[in-house]
Amino acid sequence: MDFFGRPKADVSADSASKTAKHVDPAKDRAIPWVEKYRPKNINEVTAQEEVVQVLRSSLETKNLPHLLFYGPPGTGKTSTILALTRDMYGPDAAKTRVLELNASDERGISVIREKVKNFARAVVSQADPKYPSPPYKIVILDEADSMTGDAQAALRRIMEKYSRITRFCLVCNYVSRIIEPLASRCTKFRFKSLPRDQAIARVKEVAELEYVNCADGAVDALVECAEGDLRRAMMSLQSASRMVQGRALDAEMVAELVGVIPADFVKTLRGAWGVSSAQKIRGLVDDVVYSGYPASRVLSQLHDLVIEDQQLNSLQKAKIAIVMASVDKALSDGADEQLQLFDMMMQASQITAQQTV
Amino acid sequence: MALWVEKHRPAALDKLSFHSGLTEHLKQLASSGDLPHLLVYGPTGAGKRTRIAAVLREIYGPSAEKLKVSQRVFETPSRRKLDINIISSNYHIEVNPSDAGIYDRVVIQDLIKEIAQTQQVAASSARKFKIVVIHEADALSRDAQHALRRTMEKYMGNMRVILCSTSTGKIIGPVQSRCLLVRVAAPSVDEVVDVMNIVAKKEGISIPPSFAAQIASGSQRNLHRALLMLEASYVRQYPFAEAQDVLLPEWEEYIKVIAAAALKQQTPAQLLAIRKQLYELLTHCIPPPTILKGIAMQLIDGVEEELKAEIVHQAAFYEHRLQNGQKAIVHLEAFMAKFMSIYKRHLMELP
Ligand SMILES: Nc1ncnc2c1ncn2[C@@H]1O[C@H](COP(=O)(O)OP(=O)(O)O)[C@@H](O)[C@H]1O
Ligand SMILES: [Mg+2]
Repeated sequence: MDFFGRPKADVSADSASKTAKHVDPAKDRAIPWVEKYRPKNINEVTAQEEVVQVLRSSLETKNLPHLLFYGPPGTGKTSTILALTRDMYGPDAAKTRVLELNASDERGISVIREKVKNFARAVVSQADPKYPSPPYKIVILDEADSMTGDAQAALRRIMEKYSRITRFCLVCNYVSRIIEPLASRCTKFRFKSLPRDQAIARVKEVAELEYVNCADGAVDALVECAEGDLRRAMMSLQSASRMVQGRALDAEMVAELVGVIPADFVKTLRGAWGVSSAQKIRGLVDDVVYSGYPASRVLSQLHDLVIEDQQLNSLQKAKIAIVMASVDKALSDGADEQLQLFDMMMQASQITAQQTV
Repeated sequence: MALWVEKHRPAALDKLSFHSGLTEHLKQLASSGDLPHLLVYGPTGAGKRTRIAAVLREIYGPSAEKLKVSQRVFETPSRRKLDINIISSNYHIEVNPSDAGIYDRVVIQDLIKEIAQTQQVAASSARKFKIVVIHEADALSRDAQHALRRTMEKYMGNMRVILCSTSTGKIIGPVQSRCLLVRVAAPSVDEVVDVMNIVAKKEGISIPPSFAAQIASGSQRNLHRALLMLEASYVRQYPFAEAQDVLLPEWEEYIKVIAAAALKQQTPAQLLAIRKQLYELLTHCIPPPTILKGIAMQLIDGVEEELKAEIVHQAAFYEHRLQNGQKAIVHLEAFMAKFMSIYKRHLMELP
């Protein structure tokens, strides 16, 4: 029945259950599944074939370029580089050969000049003979997009000077915030949102290992709502498993848990267009606000409805899309959600009321 | 004497009176020992803070309520010293990023690292971690949010974060990705009435049903406000009369006055008069968006149906500008002028 990604699934299922046996259950329980099932070596990384391919061959040739990983959250960027260092040096030697700095660490220009530089120029430590252990160290700069331009510039010089004994891996969500001279020295890999099928396979696997009873469609819903973010899907699965307590997890519970706005409610909002008074519309908007539904979510669910809407002609749809776009922009600038939604609803209502010829 | 809102705040999850489904869910999470990071969001006065406190109590027991306030000194990268008040128990710390202004990143990072580095004494699995509660997370700077990303993962072994905000709109995606989203809707009008009656019973007073309903709807389903209004009414006159007036905050009455003035006369002289009144509100620290929204809603109620959409649009437009702009009065006044011109034209075109 489950024919997605079988071979890979077996590998990781195997290793995960092996580790599970060693830990005592009480302690095990406190480990969040996102951490428990973080890939331990690069073969466990789901999807992202391109980068995995390159890294695998770098393990063989012992040659590694500077890397720049970028892409949306929960696609495996941090996991992949951490897994690589483990494959490369073994878990023990990795501690001395890898320097991981992230946005929570102070990374101003002085830290780059001292800490990073000192690490970069230090002599490579003893290797663990069981691993490839190439003769260089790795500096991981996670969340590099929050480093200042000055710090990035300083980094560039260090990168050049010590590249023989130190390789750098920059990881970020927003590649546009990495200065060009730095980015151009790295081999860039874009981490794509995980393809649906592969995400589903991975979540199913974890659900089985953790004995979560899932009804048909539940995992699909989890993955759907996470929009390609595997971290979120796994976290929702774990929280959902607490909720169900013995029952089977179904799509409806998932929708409630992850904050999808009920389809009926969104339909009511759409139904008000063209026929309702301002006061009625105000009431609906207040309902949104009182319910705590995020305005951006309302907007995107309504947008999905409009695209499929049979009663609106293309001109009307186009006009509504323009309204939605400008409201979305205003929202992301921090404008008031209630006023923006009210405006959007009123305009959409007027557009809907216009005679269709 | 504590205010009723504080005095009768339910301490335990079992004592919370509405959203029983959510309460049940939180209870399961709290007892499972693997609480994820939480992003608790919902309108003001929906009871988010109370719920968070109840979750803490569910996890750590009554000692989580033993709070102490301490003043702490933080140092910014530029070696400036910051004094910040921190509320904490043995198990958790609460911070309000707006206290730290543009240095919120430093404060939050220092706190999280400190908490992550202290070992927990208790051996039970639920107490393996301490919790950092960040109130008004909407106000967290981008910088601080970016810094939270990996921190939230790295220290998950012995630290959890609970973010509390009115909406998810201002929380960056990567942070949302690391949290379980917990929506706390406003209580319905009936639920607000129920809570008011519980409080009344504890205080040994009684509220006529119609008066209770009036307060509940006047509070705009904001529990915090409803209880403040109830207590204020009680101080003014008790026993309550069925048809007693509900006391609105002064600034709200003032907003009504401004809107009425604009509806009555649309002239430069009137605009000047309104300008003074707007300044008055601003000097009383009423947030500019609240002023604009309050006036706009009154105006919308006051004009003919065919004008309403246009006024809503202008209100949304100027409120947006207000968010990006520097001087609030300029945008407030511009909105009033715009309204007057639209309304005047409309009145002149009437047959
Ligand atoms: N490609 C992937 N393969 C397997 N697990 C993944 C993958 N992407 C994300 N995950 C899961 O999501 C969690 C977060 O992934 P992470 O690598 O930290 O994401 P990010 O891209 O935001 O750095 C991991 O612990 C893992 O459980
Ligand atoms: Mg990451």
